[in-house]
Amino acid sequence: MADKLSGVGVSTGVGYGPALRLTRAVPEPPADARHDGDADAEARRAFAAAEEVARDLTDRGERAGGEAREVLAAQALMARDPALADDIKRRIGEGAAAARAVSDAMAVYREMLAGAGDYLSGRVADLDDVRDRIVARLLGVPVPGIPQSTSPFVLVAEDLAPADTAMLDPERVLAFVTREGGPTSHTAILARSLGLPAVVACAGADQITDGTMLLVDGASGDVLSGPDPTQAEAARAAAAARAAAAAESTGPGRTRDGHTVPLLANIGGPQDLPAALENGAEGVGLYRTEFLFLDRADAPGHEEQVAAYRAVLEAFPGGKVVVRTLDSGADKPLAFLPPAAAEPNPALGERGLRMMRRHPEMLKSQLAALAEAQRDTDADLWVMAPMVTDVDDAAWFAAAAGEAGIEHAGIMIEVPAAALRARHLAEAADFFSIGTNDLTQYTCAADREVGGLGRFQDPWQPAVLELVAAAAKAAAAAERSCGVCGEAAADPVLACVLTGLGVTTLSMGATALPLVRAALARTTLAQCREAAQGALAARGNEDAKRIARQALPGLAELGL
Amino acid sequence: MPERRITVESEVGLHARPAALFVEAASKAEGNVTVAKGGGAPVSAKSILAVMGLDVRNGDEIVISADGDGAEELLDTLAGIANA
Repeated sequence: MADKLSGVGVSTGVGYGPALRLTRAVPEPPADARHDGDADAEARRAFAAAEEVARDLTDRGERAGGEAREVLAAQALMARDPALADDIKRRIGEGAAAARAVSDAMAVYREMLAGAGDYLSGRVADLDDVRDRIVARLLGVPVPGIPQSTSPFVLVAEDLAPADTAMLDPERVLAFVTREGGPTSHTAILARSLGLPAVVACAGADQITDGTMLLVDGASGDVLSGPDPTQAEAARAAAAARAAAAAESTGPGRTRDGHTVPLLANIGGPQDLPAALENGAEGVGLYRTEFLFLDRADAPGHEEQVAAYRAVLEAFPGGKVVVRTLDSGADKPLAFLPPAAAEPNPALGERGLRMMRRHPEMLKSQLAALAEAQRDTDADLWVMAPMVTDVDDAAWFAAAAGEAGIEHAGIMIEVPAAALRARHLAEAADFFSIGTNDLTQYTCAADREVGGLGRFQDPWQPAVLELVAAAAKAAAAAERSCGVCGEAAADPVLACVLTGLGVTTLSMGATALPLVRAALARTTLAQCREAAQGALAARGNEDAKRIARQALPGLAELGL
Repeated sequence: MPERRITVESEVGLHARPAALFVEAASKAEGNVTVAKGGGAPVSAKSILAVMGLDVRNGDEIVISADGDGAEELLDTLAGIANA
C-alpha cells in the first residue's frame, strides 16, 4: 500500500523514481567546544575557512551564470562579512572553538533575518548554507551538497539553496520534493525554469529514506511513496502525453467545431508577460495591479502607473487587455489606505471597490493613468472593478470610468448577490469577469485560507456552477461578454464545462493555457453544453466532475 | 564626516542585487562607511548582513556617511546604487 504525502505543487509534471536525500547534516559543534588557548591561530583558522567558502561560492556562481551568479555572490559577501568576522573573533577570544564561534555568530544574524519581512526570511536558507559550508570545513566533514548518482533520482531536501542547485545536472533529476519552501522559494523558481516537477511545503518529506520509489505530481502536490509500479508508470506516461499534446496546441482557443473561446493570461505585472506570450495568450484577462501599490509608504505617482500599464498594453497590439483596479482591503492592507476599523472577518469587509468608494481619489488617479496609457497603444483596454455587490456599485464604477475616458468598464462577479442579480448589473456594466476563487469562497461560506474545507473550496460545487450559469445567461441576454478569470479556467475539464455554460473567454496562469487549448480543440460546443448540463444537475462536486468528464470523450487523448 | 540623506528609489530597496553592489562599493573604501535607516543607529556599510538587516525598502529614507579621502565620490556612488 502506497503512502501519500501532500504538499504544494509549484511546477507541473509527474516524476517517478528513487529518492535521494540532500544531506545538509553538518554536525552541530558541541556547545562548550573550546580551543586550546591560541586565540589568534584559531581566529586565522576560522577566517581561512570562511575565505575558502567565499571563493568556492564565487566560482560556482561564475560557472553557473545568470541569476545564480548574483545569489552566490551575495552569499560570498556573507562569508566575508566584516561585522560577522568581528563577532567570530570576539567569541574565539572568549575561548570558543572556531566552529562554535561561527555557528553562534551566524545565529544572531539568522534570527534578525527570520524575524524581518518575507523577502529577508527567504535569505535565511542562503545564510544557513554559508554557515554549514564554513562549519563543515572547520570540522573536517564533507561539505553538504547534491548527492552523486549515475542514474536519475527524485531529489528530497529540507529546502534547496542556490549553491546546491547551481551545479545540478537537470538530466539526472526527475523531480524535487522539499519539506520547507513556498511558491516563491528558490526550489520553486528553479524547478519551473528547468521544467521539472516540484512539490514544496511537504510535511513528512523528512521521513523519506534514500531509495524509496516516489511518484511526484507537481500539479496536485501529491507525493506517493512506494506506488504500484505499473500505475506509477501509467501516470508518468499520461503526464508526458499531456505535456506533448499541450506543446503541440497552438493558435486561438476554439472548440473542434470552431466555436471561439479567446484564451487570455492572468498576470501580476510586466514581469509575467514573457510567459504569457510564450504560451500563446491572445491577450490579458486579468491584470492584477496590486503589485504597484503593495509594500510602499505612498501611492505610486501618475507616470509610474502609466509606464506599468503601457508595458502590458504594448505587449498585445490589437489584443484585449483586461485590467482590474486596485483590490486592497484588510487582507491586503496598504500603508496609505488603512482600513477604517479593525475587521474580524476581512473577506467580508471593506475590500475591492468598497475600499475605492471610501477613497475615490485613489481610483480616479488609477483610471486616469490607464486612460493615458491606452492613448499611445493599439491594445483594446477593458477595465473592471473587484468586489462589486449590487447595481449601485456597478453604476458608480461605470460613472467613474466614463469620466476618466475609459471605453469598456466592467465588473467582476465574485459576490453571489451580483451573480444572482446579473441581469440588472448588466445594464450598468459593459462586461463581466467571474472570479471563481472568491465566488466559491462566498457561495460555500468557506474561507480560502482555511485548510480542512477542501470540499467547499472546489468550483465544481454545483451551486457555484449555477451562479456562473446565471451570470453568463444574463450577459448573453444583454449582449455582454462574460469571462472567467479564476483557477477554475485552468482546469481543462472545467474549462469545457464553463464554455458550455456560456462563458465567452477563459483567463488563467500562463502555464495552464496550452492544455486548456488542447482540451477545447478535442471537444465540440454541443459536448461542452452536455457536460455543463450534466454538472449542473449533479448532487455534489465529485459527481459533477465525473458526469462532465463522461460527456467529453475527446479528453481521453490527453490522459485527463 | 560627510554624509548624504536620500530616499531610496531602487524598486527592491537595499535588498538583493542593490545590497550586494552597495556593500561591494563600500568595502573598497579605506575608511569608515556607515548607513542608517531613518533616525536609527548607523551600521557598517561594509557588512552585507547588517545592511540587509536594516530592511531598507523602496521609499525609505537612509543616511550614508563616509570619512577619509574620496568620501564625497564614494557617497555619490552609494547614493547612485540605492537609487538605481
